[in-house]
Amino acid sequence: MKCKKCGAKASVNMRQHKLALCKEHYLEWVPEQTERFIKKYGMFTHEEKVLVAVSGGKDSLALWDILHRLGYQADGLYLGLGIDEGVAYSQESQRLAQKFADEHGLVLHVVDIEKEYGQPIPVLSEISHRGHDKPCAVCGLVKRHEMNRIARDLGYAVLATGHNLDDEAAVLFGNTLNWSSEYLLRQGPILPSTEGLARKVKPLCRFYEREMTAYCLLRGIEYIYEECPFAEGSTSIYYKELLNQLENARPGAKLTFYLRFLEARQRGDLFVEQNEGQAHLHPCPRCGQPTSAPGLCSFCRMMEKTQQFDKVN
Amino acid sequence: MVKLILRDKEYEVKAGMTLLSALKKCNIVPESVIATRNGEMILEDEILNDGDVIKLIAVISGGSAIS
Repeated sequence: MKCKKCGAKASVNMRQHKLALCKEHYLEWVPEQTERFIKKYGMFTHEEKVLVAVSGGKDSLALWDILHRLGYQADGLYLGLGIDEGVAYSQESQRLAQKFADEHGLVLHVVDIEKEYGQPIPVLSEISHRGHDKPCAVCGLVKRHEMNRIARDLGYAVLATGHNLDDEAAVLFGNTLNWSSEYLLRQGPILPSTEGLARKVKPLCRFYEREMTAYCLLRGIEYIYEECPFAEGSTSIYYKELLNQLENARPGAKLTFYLRFLEARQRGDLFVEQNEGQAHLHPCPRCGQPTSAPGLCSFCRMMEKTQQFDKVN
Repeated sequence: MVKLILRDKEYEVKAGMTLLSALKKCNIVPESVIATRNGEMILEDEILNDGDVIKLIAVISGGSAIS
């Protein structure tokens, strides 16, 4: 297979775009496309400070690398979750995030959850009894809360995450299976800032996960390859596998699924538009971040529970 | 023979077939991996040669709660 731009041997073939590119042209194409998506969805400008949520994984490091190459003011945020499980998972992912920052002369803010809240994620999960025998629900909740808090506290205009199209399609698939209208209404490349919430953006949301892996390999970015020890058997991975089977049979199926959803939402074609007015948010009396019901937000309720546990023990 | 390695699993296929045919034979969804030979990425139409060792890199990651 040959590069569509120069005729050299291709390194990446994107069947959904009918486009094969060599290493050189692929590494040019990815930032060009990212810039296009940033502008198309009005994510941020070169004058704004961007905080990139960096996990040490391929997507977030690729995003940081691309934004840096495009000349954006992008600093990193690493959350130390305290996941060990015999493989020092958090320690290794932090090492890789820090290595990338050092090699590129970038600023990485590191926040350790255990130092901030007294316990690592797996223990917070056990104490609070949230989720089903896995800390993923607590992990997601803590990450959302902390990323927003730190973006606000440090004065960043926007918080960028490395969600790719496979992540978005898997979430959309799950929310469609459950007809979760409230979540469907909120899903998109950009979540505008509201009282207490920083603007959130996903500049990689139109790239396949495979393309981000290829980008890291071709750029020589070292990322944590092993999966989070708690991710095995997760619903999101199962949905991604299903969608990849579909993609294999019908190239472009994942992209079409996501883009047609965004178009339908923009046109107001989705049934969930009727519920938009009901989605009132209230400020949490403790941390001030918006929550869907009056009273403490989920994060502060969980922390209250863990603090009570600490007092008893 | 050609060896394909994906995480801790190894597969063997006959030389002379394309990467795409080899992946299908091993019941691996091509969309879910990237293949490398001697550190270079190779595409689905690449013919595999006798003695080749193909390292497959899984591309799927995830694990957070779906919401």
